[in-house]
Amino acid sequence: MSTAIDDTRKIIDEVLEAYPEKVRKARARHLAPNDPAGSCASCKIQKSNIKSRPGVMTVRGCAYAGAKGVVFGPVKDQICISHGPVGCGSYSWASRRNYYNGETGVNAFGTMAFTTDFQEKDIVYGGDKGLDAAISEINGLFPLAKGISILSECPVGLIGDDIESVAKKKAKELNLNIVPVRCEGFRGVSQSLGHHIANDSIRDHMLGKGKLEKTTPYDVVLMGDYNIGGDAWVARKILEEMGLRVIAQWTGDGTVNEIGNAPKAKLILIHCYRSMNYICRHMEETYGTPWVEFNFFGPTKIIGSIRKIAEQFDNSIREKAEAVIARYQPMMDAVIAKYRPRLEGKKVMLFVGGLRPRHTIGAYEDLGMEIVATGYEFAHDDDYTRTYPLMKEGALIMDDASEYELEEFTHRVRPDLVGAGIKEKYTYHKMGVPFRQMHSWDYSGPYHGFDGFGVFARDMDAAVNSPTWSLIRRRK
Amino acid sequence: MRQIAVYGKGGIGKSTTTQNTVAGLAEAGYKCLIIGCDPKADSTRLILNKKAQATVMDLARERGTVEDLELHEVLLTGFKGIQCAESGGPEPGVGCAGRGVITAINFLEENGAYSSNPDFVFYDVLGDVVCGGFAMPIREGKAKEIYIVTSGEMMAMYAANNIARGVLKYAQSGGCRLGGLICNSRKTDKEFELISELARMLNTQMIHFVPRDNEVQRAELRRQTVIEYAPEHAQADEYRTLAKKIADNKDFVIPTPITMDELEKLLMDFGILDSEAAA
Repeated sequence: MSTAIDDTRKIIDEVLEAYPEKVRKARARHLAPNDPAGSCASCKIQKSNIKSRPGVMTVRGCAYAGAKGVVFGPVKDQICISHGPVGCGSYSWASRRNYYNGETGVNAFGTMAFTTDFQEKDIVYGGDKGLDAAISEINGLFPLAKGISILSECPVGLIGDDIESVAKKKAKELNLNIVPVRCEGFRGVSQSLGHHIANDSIRDHMLGKGKLEKTTPYDVVLMGDYNIGGDAWVARKILEEMGLRVIAQWTGDGTVNEIGNAPKAKLILIHCYRSMNYICRHMEETYGTPWVEFNFFGPTKIIGSIRKIAEQFDNSIREKAEAVIARYQPMMDAVIAKYRPRLEGKKVMLFVGGLRPRHTIGAYEDLGMEIVATGYEFAHDDDYTRTYPLMKEGALIMDDASEYELEEFTHRVRPDLVGAGIKEKYTYHKMGVPFRQMHSWDYSGPYHGFDGFGVFARDMDAAVNSPTWSLIRRRK
Repeated sequence: MRQIAVYGKGGIGKSTTTQNTVAGLAEAGYKCLIIGCDPKADSTRLILNKKAQATVMDLARERGTVEDLELHEVLLTGFKGIQCAESGGPEPGVGCAGRGVITAINFLEENGAYSSNPDFVFYDVLGDVVCGGFAMPIREGKAKEIYIVTSGEMMAMYAANNIARGVLKYAQSGGCRLGGLICNSRKTDKEFELISELARMLNTQMIHFVPRDNEVQRAELRRQTVIEYAPEHAQADEYRTLAKKIADNKDFVIPTPITMDELEKLLMDFGILDSEAAA
């Protein structure tokens, strides 16, 4: 076994030392030193997608967060009703920065929040009458909304509100697409189940219902891009320049019709595998629509992905793909020439959701940075399998890390930059460690595509090299 | 102030027995309060001589929130000064009736329904202990005394045993105790002996055997208790006796619920269930 693996294992053991024996044993299964070759059997995350340990703070969200925040929230002409008490809807209001075109309140509703605002009487007498009224009201106020999704909060599952029959009745009455989503927060162990539930709801209530006037051999779906800070727009730009026709964006800046017409595509391009793989498998089985994973973070991965996608099509696309690569290469070289000298050799620790802990590695490496630790909030086994080969030997891999573990690993691994979420951000600021939010791009973006890489490089440089950090004492 | 909860299988006669017994207590000079914990809201009609009183939850729904209610709107006075309140709740199949019970009891408590310091508070609770809401009257040290209404029918006994299990749970955490079984006779075979034996097995007593008499139904049709409708009738005396036994009761126990097998054996021992039927 290499010294790098041994060193990391020692760090893991040290950090786990603080736990009582039972927790230590349980948590040990969620932490591992990386072995890209796969020869070391114990260098694997042995448990993932299971319940968090009680008593340690987890960063995870809930099924409602996964269904509303990730999947349905970005669909711009669909109105999401947070069905239940006001808190869930209020705290998830426009917090994910999925950009969209359109006139808010007229034909697009992304930054608006709708809730049935449960009171005690709704719990006791049931919320379906209120839901029925809310749907009618929405239809009256916003006639251009193309659909409604009903996102169940916890109490709805407890009192057994029959949201399916309300949805069915109102859909018929108003001639509108209405999707009941059983994403009660207590279901599952993290937001991951919410993605799956949302995928199933799309399958049952939206898929195949979209209109598409004509099809071409170059029709693709941009799947699993939520247009954070404009990500999907710059990704779409590349695909279009390659000669492909994007018939649907799932779900960033997407529409109800696009969600419905996706099976008509020749190929589905999936960026966020974790949140959308379920529907891809379904479309493959039911409609025979193939899908392929790709990565639009950083020039190396972007160029690799462009070629991988082009290979699925004819020569005309392949030629255009090469032309696209040639056109952007100088721009990428310029970004690297500017920022690489400032970031070369800097160490990065990541702790994000279910995709970015592995997908952004290439972008950091393009800037000469090294990922020394990465972790997922809610990844499954198949995500870890995809992660090991991308990381250096002995890099630290974490599953559902607690706040304590993140802090302690930071002291021991000593990254020059940490990328995680809003819950971690201010802790790291106080610790004097440069930090970027990697869920929302810290009010910046886009980070996808050629256009996004320059923004990404600038932001990482600004974080790592800010003079602020020299004013804050960091624990030795 | 003694707080008493009455449980039992649906339709066994909890509300009728409770109201008739409370009428007996009131007649004997005790100050009583009945809180109906059942969305059907039929726990007080014999005392108030009316169809159904305005319930806490129904009024809260009408007004918007429970904070918009006044106590006097939901706490009414009936026969012999008995005070009455109903939690109310949804029609079957929607919402959460259990939450309605919790909300209503909290409202009554916070707004001083008990401040007149009655001698007895009776909680008449829907059916089996189906969820946490229906256990509300025996949680947090409210009702310390529980009576289970049953009959010699097997499913009523089965429910009684189930309720004893719920009581056992809250006996340990909340300190409630079983005061006895009330046998509301259905004229089944050897009913008196059977329920006496069941009570013994549950570590409690059959506090009273209420015989079946159609006078109860005749009074009910007139929205009255027997004590009000036919005070001279023998059945009125039965309820007076039960009331006195409850008032004098000192026998409060932690129940010892039995298994399904033990219950079947009991029925066999009394020759009510053949061994073939049980097998």
